[in-house]
Order: sequence, then structure tokens, then C-alpha cells
Amino acid sequence: MKLLAIDTTTEACSAALSINGAISERYEIAPRQHATLILPMIDSLLSEAGITLAQMDAIAFGRGPGAFTGVRIGVGVVQGVAFSIERPVVPVSSLAAMAHGAMAGFNATNVLAGIDARMGEVYWGAYQRSSDGGVRAVGEESVCGADETFIPETGRWIGVGTAWQSYSEVLAARCGGRLDQLHPAIFPRACDIAALGVIGFAAGEGVSADEAQPVYLRNNVARKRGDSV
Amino acid sequence: MRVLGIETSCDETGVAIYDSERGLLSDLLYSQVAMHAEYGGVVPELASRDHVRKLLPLIREAMQQADTTREQIDGIAYTAGPGLVGALLVGAAIGRSLAWGWNLPAVGVHHLEGHLLAPMLEENPPPFPFIALLVSGGHTMLITVEGVGRYQIIGESLDDAVGEAFDKTAKLLDLGYPGGPALEQIATKGDGTRFRFPRPMTGRPGLDFSFSGLKTFAMNTLHANEITEQTRADIALAFQTAAVETLAIKCQRAIRETGIKQLVVAGGVSANRALRERLDRLALKERAQVAYPRLKFCTDNGAMIAYAGCLRLQAGEREPPAFEARARWPMDTVTAL
Ligand SMILES: Nc1ncnc2c1ncn2[C@@H]1O[C@H](COP(=O)(O)OP(=O)(O)OP(=O)(O)O)[C@@H](O)[C@H]1O
Ligand SMILES: [Mg+2]
Repeated sequence: MKLLAIDTTTEACSAALSINGAISERYEIAPRQHATLILPMIDSLLSEAGITLAQMDAIAFGRGPGAFTGVRIGVGVVQGVAFSIERPVVPVSSLAAMAHGAMAGFNATNVLAGIDARMGEVYWGAYQRSSDGGVRAVGEESVCGADETFIPETGRWIGVGTAWQSYSEVLAARCGGRLDQLHPAIFPRACDIAALGVIGFAAGEGVSADEAQPVYLRNNVARKRGDSV
Repeated sequence: MRVLGIETSCDETGVAIYDSERGLLSDLLYSQVAMHAEYGGVVPELASRDHVRKLLPLIREAMQQADTTREQIDGIAYTAGPGLVGALLVGAAIGRSLAWGWNLPAVGVHHLEGHLLAPMLEENPPPFPFIALLVSGGHTMLITVEGVGRYQIIGESLDDAVGEAFDKTAKLLDLGYPGGPALEQIATKGDGTRFRFPRPMTGRPGLDFSFSGLKTFAMNTLHANEITEQTRADIALAFQTAAVETLAIKCQRAIRETGIKQLVVAGGVSANRALRERLDRLALKERAQVAYPRLKFCTDNGAMIAYAGCLRLQAGEREPPAFEARARWPMDTVTAL
């Protein structure tokens, strides 16, 4: 199984290659540079591995939530690349990717992943390690105020992501005494998108390039004429 | 050379395939106008969201209609600016990545270059050099065009674009958004002798324009009169006549000052019949030629981008595997071929 993965949903930009489970990655914190970095990143991974794009079985991508423009850059790139070789795409949640990274990096089983969504809100999700090496969402992903975030009623948790930078006190208080660690400087990464993408692809989550679509979570972006304030 | 062209600078998703030997092979447009009308204007975030849903299916369909396989495409062109950055990025990301995947050259095209070369898609295309009157929703300019990429702006609007003035006046007259075509429509029922609007900046030398005053004049006229169907039609006609007359006066000046007897009119407002009739008369008087795009290539479309991109790719223009969207991009800074 050969899978290419990219993520441009936050200020991080990354691409990864999974070849029969072995993952290589390019990763940079590079706000606003995704459009110049992402294709060269893929290029260098492919040439390092000595394979071509056409040999890929599928392409996974961070489908959001995250910065609208970043999410769309990733979706656009994945649509173009996947359509060029007529391969399926596997959408992966950026929050789930962060949780997956934390489980591997900090040996955690329960992760509360949050991205600062600006406008006083966070993109939020709770995840548990699943037996197949992936992650399982507990409840639904949401965009909400830090004081409205969903915290599962049992278990000990670790918190990751920029939401924990902006709202650490409110969020920690909501966990009661059940917060073990806190890692605000965690971003979605393509190596985790790749790992989750392989699992998702095996589970039949591959779709056509046209169906590579963003998940914004925040959808009330404009008011119609005549709508009340 | 066969080029896939992509336009997503504002609220239309356009895709076309142009072949330098065989001409335009397909040309598709998905307009978001109805969606934005509910908001009274273009909502940039919603425009971007819609492009990302519509573009790839449109590319598939354009290839099908052109009976073109991926092996037959030689390059990809996309609008790189000016326009709404989020909207531009969708076309740029998909277009550039598709070209990268196909191992084809790609080029980011200047949207206004697309507009002003659009008349070249017609039979008997105008020869260089020509004067271009670019009249769209965001721009009003007089440009001398010596060749592709050789543009000198000799006049432009100091405030509202003429299309914007049409739209604002139309809004005032309750004609919805974007109201340029609707305004033209009701103007046909107007009495041209009832109101006379000023011809801004025609009393002094120079080729610059100013259209924001016309909209204000329309508002004041509307408030000073009983609002009837007839009054609205009369205001529409008076506004249109003033805008058209102003454009014609400046075109005449440009022809006389430059000695260039070839005029090209492009951009959304070039669809306006009163403008075309007036400029046809002007051309006759000045012994000049005037060229327009077909109506559907006046407003945004993929064909003009495919065409401009084809010229640039044929000239050997290439881009690194990266893309860029520019909200602003001065026209006289594009590379000359
Ligand atoms: N028949 C018409 N009469 C007057 N105005 C018209 C007519 N048809 C279209 N327009 C105007 O043309 C404009 C749209 O043109 P176009 O699509 O070229 O502009 P744009 O793409 O929004 O702006 P730009 O190209 O400057 O970025 C609108 O302002 C619209 O009202
Ligand atoms: Mg335009």
C-alpha cells in the first residue's frame, strides 16, 4: 500500500508518504506559505523514495477543521493531484490527526484536541485510541466557546493544540482534576494523516477526487438580506 | 497547443479548453450570482466555498465536451489575480496541482489581460496595437496594447468602476444585484429628455474617469421625484446615457491623442447595447475600428483565461511548482511576451 498525505489546515504545512507502513515526512511551521511549499514537499518525498506519483494507491488529506483558506488549499491540491492520476482520496480530520500524533508522541489513550478558531471559539474534539491503531471520536467535532467544549465524563485526558494556548485556564477547569498533560504547540501533521489515511482506506473511506471537500465546522459566515442581527 | 483554462477570481467558476490550431473546444460557466444576490453582494468566503465544490466537476465536463483526454492537453492556465484571494486560490491550487500531476507547464494569468484579449477569440481579431477600454465590475481603464503583456494604462477611474456604478445605481432602483443588465433593460422604457446627468471629468483634459458622483446624482434625483415605474426608468436611462457618453468622450480623446485607430472594448459593461451603439458611431466618425467580445465573453469566463494562457505558454512561460493568488496586481507589471 502506497499512500500520499498532505495537511495545510493550520499554520503548519506538511506532506508524508506511507509505503507499506513506513512513513516519511516533510513538516514546517510556515504560516501563509502553504501554496509555495506543498508541491515541492511532495516532490522531494517522491524522489527520495524513488517512486512516482502514479504509483500511489490513494491520497489522504487534512479535510479540516482549521483556517478556511488553508483547508481549501489542501483540498484544492488534493483534488488536482488525485484527479491527475485518477486515484481515490481519503479525508482525515485535522483534530483526529492531532490526537493520533499525541497518542504516539505522549503515549496517551485519551486526547482532547482543540484548535483556536478565532472569534472566541475553538474547533474541538475528544478522541480515544482504537484497537486498529487509529483514533475513535467520542462525541462529535464542534466549533464552540471554550466554556462550551465537550469533555467526556470519565477517564483521564491530555490536551493538545492551540486552543489550549488561548484558553488553557477555562479548558483545564472544565476537566476537573482529570487533565494529565497539556501540549499547546501541537498541529495536525501529514504523518498522522497518512497513518489514519491507511486505516481509513482499508475501511472503505476512499472517495473520488470531486468528493474531497472541506469540513469547516463554522458555517454561519454571512447574513442574508433581511435576516435579523 | 491545447490549454485548459480556469477562472475563479470572483463569483463565476469558468473552465474552457482552447486549442491554438482548432480554436475554442469547450467553454463552461457556473455562476454563483443567484446565491450572492440573497446577500446583496458577493460574499468572498461563500464564493470560495462554492468554487471548491464546482470546479473539478466542471473540468471533467469541459474535457468531455471537448472530446479531450489528459494526453491531449499541453498546459494549464488559471487566473492568479487580481480578485478575491480565497476564490483565486481555489482555481490556482487545483489548476497548478493538476498540471503538476500531469507533468505539464502551468501559468497564472492576469484576469484583466484575459478580459482585454477576449475579443481575439472572435473572427477577424483586432491587430496590435490597439486601445483597450476595459469596463468591468472592478475596473475602468483605457490601455494602449502594443502586444501581449505590453500594456500602458493611459486612463483609469479615480473612484468607482463603471460596472460598480451601474450596480449601485441599479440597487438604488431596486433592481437587485448585480443590476447592470437589469438597468439596461428598464432604461429602454425611459424618457431621455426628462433628466440630464453630468458627464464627470469630461470638461477638463485627461483620460481618467470618476463614476461615484453619478450614483449620488441618481440618488438625489430619485429622492427629489415621486418614485414611479416611469421615474425609475427615466433615471436608469439618464444614468446610462451619462456613463456611456463619458466613456465615449474619453475613447475619442484616446484615439486622437495616441493616433491608434483600433479600439477594443472588454469587461462586463461591454455587453451594454447603448455603449456598443455609441462606440460604433464614434468609430465611424473617427475612421477607426472597434471590436467587442461576444456577449458571454464580456463577463468572467474560462475561455479568455485559456486563450491568454495559451499565448503565454506558447511563448515558453513556465512556473515553478507553486501557486500564488494576488488580490492586487498592477496591469502594467505583467511580463511582456
Ligand atoms: N448589459 C450591461 N450593462 C451594464 N453593465 C453590465 C451589463 N452586463 C454586465 N454588466 C456589469 O458588468 C459587471 C461584471 O463584469 P465583470 O464580470 O467583467 O466584472 P468583475 O469580474 O466583477 O470585475 P473585474 O473583472 O474588474 O474583476 C457588473 O458590474 C455588471 O453589472
Ligand atoms: Mg472580471
